[in-house]
Amino acid sequence: MFVTPAFAQGAPANGDPNAATGAAPAGEVHTETGVAHDAHGGGVFPPFDHTTYSSQLLWLVITFGFFYWIMQKVVVPRVGGILEHRHDRIAQDLDEASRLKAEADAAVETYEKELAAARAKAGTIAETAREAARTKAAADRAAIEAELAEKLAAAEASIATIKAQAFAEVGAIAEEAAGAIVEQLIGPKASAEDVRAAVASAKVEA
Amino acid sequence: MANDPTHQFQVFKIVPIEIGGMDFSFTNASLFMVATVAAASGFLYFSTANRGLIPTRMQSVAEMSYEFIASMLREGAGSQGMKFFPMVFSLFMFVLTANLLGMFPYFFTVTSQIIVTFALALFVILTVLIYGFYKHGLHFLSVFAPAGVPKVLLPLVSSIEIISFLSRPISLSVRLFANMLAGHITLKVFAGFVASMSAMGALGVGGAILPLLMTVAMTGLEFLVAFLQAYVFAVLTCMYLNDAVHGGH
Repeated sequence: MFVTPAFAQGAPANGDPNAATGAAPAGEVHTETGVAHDAHGGGVFPPFDHTTYSSQLLWLVITFGFFYWIMQKVVVPRVGGILEHRHDRIAQDLDEASRLKAEADAAVETYEKELAAARAKAGTIAETAREAARTKAAADRAAIEAELAEKLAAAEASIATIKAQAFAEVGAIAEEAAGAIVEQLIGPKASAEDVRAAVASAKVEA
Repeated sequence: MANDPTHQFQVFKIVPIEIGGMDFSFTNASLFMVATVAAASGFLYFSTANRGLIPTRMQSVAEMSYEFIASMLREGAGSQGMKFFPMVFSLFMFVLTANLLGMFPYFFTVTSQIIVTFALALFVILTVLIYGFYKHGLHFLSVFAPAGVPKVLLPLVSSIEIISFLSRPISLSVRLFANMLAGHITLKVFAGFVASMSAMGALGVGGAILPLLMTVAMTGLEFLVAFLQAYVFAVLTCMYLNDAVHGGH
C-alpha cells in the first residue's frame, strides 16, 4: 500500500508518482503492457478483472453467509435480549419505586390522621379535667359555705342563749341589789314582790 | 511497480482451488473477507458474552450499533420491516468492518471490489423483489405507478420509476465501490508524493510536508467515508425494504 524507503530512494526524483514506477512508463500502468502483475489478469484494472469474480463471489457467499447466520442465531437475539431485559428491569424498578412512594404517602397520611386524633383526644381530656376541677371547686366552696353558715347560726344561737340568760340573771341581781339598797336606805326589808315589780318596771323603762 | 496506486486492489491466490474449471481459489480477498467476519462477529460475540445489565464499554458499543440500525430500520421501513433486522445489521457491520480493516496499511479492502459490492446490492434488491412479490403478489407492481398521477403521464412516470428501480443495485454497489477505491487511490498517490519528493534532497523533504499533511488529513477523511458509506448502504437498504414491506403507497 505504501512505498518502501528503499524504493523511494531508487525512484526518479521528479515527484510524479506514475513516472516513479521506474521500468514502466507512466500511462502504461492501466494498459495491458509494461506492468508485470504478480497475479492473473495481466494489466487489467484489478477490480474489473473478471477472472477473480468466481472466487470472490464464492468466498463472499461463504463468509457473509456465515456472518449472517451468526448474527441471526446468536448476536441479534442476545443483544435484543440484553436490551429488553434492561428495559424490563428499569420498568420494574420504576414500578417498585412508585409502589414504595405510595406506601410512604399512605404512612404519612395515617400518621397525620393519628396525630390529629391524638390532638383531639388530648383536648378532650384537658377539657374534662378542667370541667371536673371547676365542679369540684364549686362543690367544695358550697360545702364550706354551708358549714360556715351552720357555725354562724350556732354561734348566733349561743349568743342569744347567753344574752337571754344574762338578761335573766341581770333581773335577779337587780332585785337582790334593789332589796339590799332599799334595806340599807329605808331600814325595813322590802318584800320580794315589790322589788321584783319595781325592777321589772325599771327594766321596761330602760 | 510498488508505487502503482492500483496495486493494492490486486487479487492474488494464496491457496489455488479449482472446481469444474472454475477458479475458487482462496485469495487475499477471501482472507480479508474471513478477517472481516472474524473481527465483526468476534467483537459482537465476546463484547456481549457477559450479558451485563450495566454494559461494559465494549458491550455498549455493540448495543449502540444494534440500536442504531434498529432505529434506522424502524424509521425507514416501519415496525413491519423489523423482520429484516438481521439482514440490515449484518450488511452494515460487514461493510463497516471491511471498510475499516481496509484502512490498515498493506490490508486488502474487500469493499473496493465491484463484484463484492454488486453482490451485496443484488442481495438487497433480490430480497426486496422476492419479498415484495411474495407479500403483495402482482400489487407489488404498483410501486412503479405512484398514486395520484394523471393517466396521461402514467407511462412516462412508470418508465422513470422502472429505470430508477433497475438502477438501484448499480448505484448502491458503485457508490460504495467507487468511494473506497477513489479514497484508497488518493491516499496512495499523496503518500507516493511524499516518498518521491523526499528522494529529491533537502528541498524535496521540505516540499514533501504538504502532501504528508494531505495524507494525514485524507486518512481522517477516509475513516469518515468508511463509516459514512456503510451508513448510506444501510439507510438505502432500509428504504428499498420499505417498498417490499409496504408495497406501492
